[in-house]
Amino acid sequence: MNTKEIAGITLEVDAEGFLKDSKQWNTTIAEAIAQEEGIGQLTDSHWKVVNFMRDVFQERGDGPTIRQLTKESGVDTKSLYQLFPGGPAKKAAKIAGIPKPHGCI
Amino acid sequence: METMDVETATKAVNGKPTLPTRRVAIIISRGSLDGVYPGLIMANGARMEGIDAMLFFTFWGMDAITEKRMDHLHVATVGNPSMHIPTWLGGIPGMSAFATSMMSKEMEKLDIPPVREFIQMIHDSGGEIYACKASVDMFHLKKEDFCAEVDDIITVGDFYEKSDGAQIIFT
Repeated sequence: MNTKEIAGITLEVDAEGFLKDSKQWNTTIAEAIAQEEGIGQLTDSHWKVVNFMRDVFQERGDGPTIRQLTKESGVDTKSLYQLFPGGPAKKAAKIAGIPKPHGCI
Repeated sequence: METMDVETATKAVNGKPTLPTRRVAIIISRGSLDGVYPGLIMANGARMEGIDAMLFFTFWGMDAITEKRMDHLHVATVGNPSMHIPTWLGGIPGMSAFATSMMSKEMEKLDIPPVREFIQMIHDSGGEIYACKASVDMFHLKKEDFCAEVDDIITVGDFYEKSDGAQIIFT
């Protein structure tokens, strides 16, 4: 089992660094992961995406697809890629403390 | 000095090693719905993973970016052994439309967008979209015949230049 210290708390993570238990998540952890992923300071737009991802995960047990994300969160595709360069769905999921999304879209 | 350069090049922002950005060049050469989607899904998937992606549409594949045709792509029911129906049955009027509507419904369930929306999504995500000059000339098409997301009409030589260092995938 992999563990990692994030924001002063030891957390269980998978091989790629996604939190094992989304309930352990808090905003300080999100900020710390964002720094580590090279996203930097989280803005309101970042939080909009992160909170949307958490809501969808709690409701459906999996993260949203990129299409759902852009259609329902109010952040369009271009902005999404600017907010989370280098793989938006994956990085946003990691920051949101939910597992890597399983969909192909 | 040299060793230091190597060191700085392999060190990343937060101590993680950086890898050179991967790039894929995907060629779409067929114009049926089942001929077009795999390339679109792979290009979008690449962008989602932070991989640079370019799409090169050639021959019938250009239907997917041609304004008049892109909303009317069909599944081939004739000459398509994977349909598992006899050719004569596949040829009955309405069969292709039926198969197309069935497939479109299944894809919608998986949240796979229609072709036009998909092309726009890939373009907005930073994917490049090109049409093949030889095919454009052969079909007597112009830049205006294509959807707005098409970045350029390029030659095979341009294609190789732009795909330098990329993994090339032919579909």
